[in-house]
Amino acid sequence: MNNFIADASSKQRVLSILVEDKPGVLSRIAGLFSGRGFNIDSLCVAASNDPGESRITIVTPADHHLIEQIKKQLRKLINVIKVQDLSEIPAVAREMALIKVQAKAEHRAEILRIVDIFRCKVVDVSAGHYTIEVTGNQGKIEALLELFRPMGIKEIARTGIAALSREAAKTNGRH
Amino acid sequence: MKMLESEGVDTIFGYPGGVVIDIFDELEKTDIRHILVRHEQGAVHMADAYARTSGKVGVVLVTSGPGATNTVTGIASAYLDSVPIVVFTGQVPTHLIGNDAFQEVDIVGITRPCTKHNYLVKSTGDLAYIIREAFYLARSGRPGPVLVDLPKDVSIGTATFKEPPREIKMRTYNPTIDPNPKMLSKTIDALLEAKRPMIFAGGGVISAGASEDLTTLARRLKIPVTTTLMGLGSFPGSDSLSLGMIGMHGTYRANMATADADIMLAVGVRFDDRVTGKVETFANQAKIIHVDIDPTSIRKNVPVWLPIVGDCKKTLEGLNALLENREIVSSVETRKPWLKQIEDWKNAKRLAYEQKDIIKPQYVVERLYALTKGQAIISTEVGQNQMWAAQYYLFDRPNQFVTSGGLGVMGYGLPAAIGAKAANPDRIVVDIAGDGSIQMNIQELATAVQHNLPVKVVILNNGYLGMVRQWQQLFYGKRYCQTTMDFQPDFVKLAEAYGAVGLRATRPDEVDAVLEAGLAETKPVIMDFKVEREECVYPMVPAGKAITEMLLT
Repeated sequence: MNNFIADASSKQRVLSILVEDKPGVLSRIAGLFSGRGFNIDSLCVAASNDPGESRITIVTPADHHLIEQIKKQLRKLINVIKVQDLSEIPAVAREMALIKVQAKAEHRAEILRIVDIFRCKVVDVSAGHYTIEVTGNQGKIEALLELFRPMGIKEIARTGIAALSREAAKTNGRH
Repeated sequence: MKMLESEGVDTIFGYPGGVVIDIFDELEKTDIRHILVRHEQGAVHMADAYARTSGKVGVVLVTSGPGATNTVTGIASAYLDSVPIVVFTGQVPTHLIGNDAFQEVDIVGITRPCTKHNYLVKSTGDLAYIIREAFYLARSGRPGPVLVDLPKDVSIGTATFKEPPREIKMRTYNPTIDPNPKMLSKTIDALLEAKRPMIFAGGGVISAGASEDLTTLARRLKIPVTTTLMGLGSFPGSDSLSLGMIGMHGTYRANMATADADIMLAVGVRFDDRVTGKVETFANQAKIIHVDIDPTSIRKNVPVWLPIVGDCKKTLEGLNALLENREIVSSVETRKPWLKQIEDWKNAKRLAYEQKDIIKPQYVVERLYALTKGQAIISTEVGQNQMWAAQYYLFDRPNQFVTSGGLGVMGYGLPAAIGAKAANPDRIVVDIAGDGSIQMNIQELATAVQHNLPVKVVILNNGYLGMVRQWQQLFYGKRYCQTTMDFQPDFVKLAEAYGAVGLRATRPDEVDAVLEAGLAETKPVIMDFKVEREECVYPMVPAGKAITEMLLT
């Protein structure tokens, strides 16, 4: 009890937060997490289909007690329209990553084979490296990184998870 | 200005500055009273106490930069104590924002975690609606401070005034007021079946105006009531069912009863660590029914058997209504042993002190209680003075005790007394202070004198930062590091220098005379009581211990 700091055994939760697109909203949410000792594993923000609204997807490690408190605290923020816990309902989650891999001559064929198997795309090529675009769930991206690691990964940019519930969710009112 | 008048604002606490000159210029043309403070922190505490003792929203108006940052402590205190205030800060013109302009600070950023909500107004046309929304947010749901930042070009700009509707609806904010009826009947069943029930009431009962409903419920069912520091006055302190305050400096009977209770009806409380002590042991025999308007309070710190989200008043009214059709005599009968047990605890360990040659601080508070017939509005600073005030002044009415409970702001009491006096000119208002705390906002004595707000300050002067010294005595081998006030001003002369009255008592037999003279005075008064230097506040639960593990002497 009274332990807001997520411990290592906490499971990852995916929260989908619909917010009013007003200045400072992201700061209110990020500030809530840091101020109360909640963790953010990944954060993804972009406009939603409704002008004036944005959707934020946050992955946070939390046990049952902690996630209840996180959701309540988020709902308490005035600019938050709706908070959904996508770990509790059917949902799809995807992440995109751009991976810059060292492409020595002896590795190029192998890299392209992996790209093919994982259905990725090579989006940039230079003398020394390939930049590869991959989309999928976190497991797929982790697996891909594992395969590329021996060849030398120079840089990675990951978007963090974006997720939506599978049901046709109502967008007005609080959940 | 029209919006402020339309919100029923009659008093503003403030301090002018470059970017708000125009607002003050307009303010002069209205009937709104402006109380010019000496430091912006004082203005916020005044508005806080004004709000608590008047039932209105407190209003503050200050300038940008340092004017704004000086309000932060006051805002944070109001936030933790859930007090409805609206703070207007000036801001540099919009085209200079982000430019490190003179007296520019991102006050919206700074106060984001300690306001219920805040606004940077970008256009004059938005102003009326934002003001309406700010007052609505401040007073509704769980009340709290709201800050409105006004860039100079926005405040001097003109726009066609169109009054927003009085009742506003916000899509993203809709606090749950009405409790779930099923939960109410379950609560009544539990209370009637309980053998050792208790009610645990907090500041939420007071801010919801539910004290009478609580008192009715407790008296009908003969359930003893303990309160938090913030809940003092929500149930009459002199009632035989009153257990007094709970927690670190709670009464023996309140803390013992908490450990033994089988049902705890917790209303408008948040289970603060100063209340629960070691949280795993808190009320661990009890099924806890928790009523609060803020869902985040529920199950934040303790497991709850029955959560009720709703307004405390609506909930208690609902419970009282349900009792109408219930047979309660036998239930009350089964509780006799429990009440007897509580009576035994009460007699075993009363709050006590021994008055010998040197004035005891508790004696001063007890005499103050007697001489004001328990009717004064009491504000406090923070520390031992606050705890002795809470223990020895019995509060029978809500909003009679005004203290910085959550944030614990030293320097709160004097400005709070001034704010309470501004709202209640006919009431006696006393700040119970320590010699350390009083010096944190002593400049507001000038405000009291200038605006003819004759507050009384009782300094329990022990020449120490007494509460920290007490911890050092008990847990740090009496190493009084930096808690000795080796030098202090002559408080009598200081009062006189401000145009107030200064009085002093150094012997127990002078206490009554000084209090009587001070209370009779028509000007602001400082009464300096030289008290026993190393007196401690008891009972005391050491940090991290169960609340039944009290040090009693």
